[in-house]
Amino acid sequence: MRRLTALALLFFACSAGSASAERLVVSLSNHRVAVTSNFVGEDLVLFGTIEPDPVRSALGPPYDLVVTVTGPQQTLRTRRKQRVLGIWVNVDWREFISVPSYLAVLSNRPVTEIADQETLRKLQIGLNYFLLPQRIGPDVADTVPDDPFRLAFVRLQRQQGLYRESSTAVTFLTPTVFRAAIPMPAAVPTGNYAIEVELFSQGKFVARTNTALEVIKIGFEQYVADAARDYGLLYGMATAAMALLIGWFATVVFRRD
Amino acid sequence: MQIYLPIADLPVNVFLVLGMGLAVGYISGMFGIGGGFLMTPLLIFIGISPAVSVATVSSHIAASSFTGAISYWRRRALDIALAMMLLSAGIVGTATGVWLFTELRALDQLDLVIGLAYVTLLTVVGGMMIYESVQAVLRTRRGQPATLRRPGSHTWIHGLPFKLRFKRSKIYVSAIPVWTIGFLIGFVGAIMGIGGGFLLVPMLIYFLRVPTATVIGTSMVLTLITMASATVMHAATNHLVDAVLALILMVGGVIGAQFGARTGQKMRGERLRLLLGLLVFAVGLRFAYQLVVKPDDLYSLRLVGSG
Repeated sequence: MRRLTALALLFFACSAGSASAERLVVSLSNHRVAVTSNFVGEDLVLFGTIEPDPVRSALGPPYDLVVTVTGPQQTLRTRRKQRVLGIWVNVDWREFISVPSYLAVLSNRPVTEIADQETLRKLQIGLNYFLLPQRIGPDVADTVPDDPFRLAFVRLQRQQGLYRESSTAVTFLTPTVFRAAIPMPAAVPTGNYAIEVELFSQGKFVARTNTALEVIKIGFEQYVADAARDYGLLYGMATAAMALLIGWFATVVFRRD
Repeated sequence: MQIYLPIADLPVNVFLVLGMGLAVGYISGMFGIGGGFLMTPLLIFIGISPAVSVATVSSHIAASSFTGAISYWRRRALDIALAMMLLSAGIVGTATGVWLFTELRALDQLDLVIGLAYVTLLTVVGGMMIYESVQAVLRTRRGQPATLRRPGSHTWIHGLPFKLRFKRSKIYVSAIPVWTIGFLIGFVGAIMGIGGGFLLVPMLIYFLRVPTATVIGTSMVLTLITMASATVMHAATNHLVDAVLALILMVGGVIGAQFGARTGQKMRGERLRLLLGLLVFAVGLRFAYQLVVKPDDLYSLRLVGSG
């Protein structure tokens, strides 16, 4: 049923076809991910169709598709430990400025097979080619993909499931209808997410469209997180009061004298 | 059953955390300590950041020490005057500790300092406790009475000025060591996420000659107030106290403490101190190992800001 509605929605969704003849139409199964107390992650499904260019489709080459999902921006510090006087200490660090807190690159085959390096770099497709600006001295710039701090940063984010690259997440149901699974791990940051869909044919970029989704904490979690951030002092006093209440309650329940 | 912790920002298993609360509560009830030095490392171990662990454990200790303080109050086994004196300096110590905690976090050296503080404090205190209790056990074997309090033996501490009389504890000491001890306990408590009971009790016995009858109750009152204020200060300055995590820990902790206390009462004093000494020492070694051994990953991330 959900698939049917999603497909029906395709016709109402708009696209950004640019100058090329293909048009991309996509629809997301759910535009809002709610993080509740028992949230353990969720998979979102993106459906889409390609309205083909008659000439190009007559030639018969298959299309390639890349979906890039980016979460709200964060500034993160990557620190490196080194042995100093026998113990391991953080001695060096780089700050990654306004990088996505969540980054998923989903495609139907490895991005390096879809287009050449130049195109990937220009369009920022793939974890290796996505722009991750670092503060280097007074400048803010991205480094080479094999910079040790950049590698470590991407690796750590991948370990947490926050950065991912999957060459199997996009499947073509027919040569022009596709579906992409967007994994949202349990530790997914809250905020607005952008979804960029890029279509390739024979290594050439042909069309793009985008959509968005929102991850929100709802109910009690949101209330607690907001209170802790906005009313720190009151929140602390409430927590301390809770501690006293529980401590007192225990003496009443377990009173032996 | 998984539950999402709003401040730690990760899901945890409720029964795992509750079980940790029960286990640490049992130990804390048995030895009459808060158990922060065990709880903080355990939380770090299950993936909660050291900063959130330290801040949250303070509220957990406040709960368990309040339980303890009430039962000692009922038995009239605490010295309020002495506790208040320690406290006046303890609050200053806590505030200094919270301030330093914030500074170190900004410098990316908080984890290191927490680690080093644990190693030094736990191995030294643990070693001293083991030594002292082994001596006591050997003395009882030889048939000599195990006396902790040696009446009439005065040290240089008793020669200091600003002397005060504490009636309940029947001691007459200078305010300087009392304030120093209070400050130290408040300070290390805020940085390490420990109540400091296992430090305070020996200090009060050895330096101030507080009788064993009032020492634990008094220590609990001090722990209660420093930890309650540490909770408020950590929440107000660093926004790191996770109330949901704290609630689960507290419930487990106060229940576990009741059973621990029953076990503790059946054991002999010096045996109990030996066991606690070994436990403290072992946790210290665990931290030392972590600092010296090459970490699995030399790199780590820290969130600096949003946007």
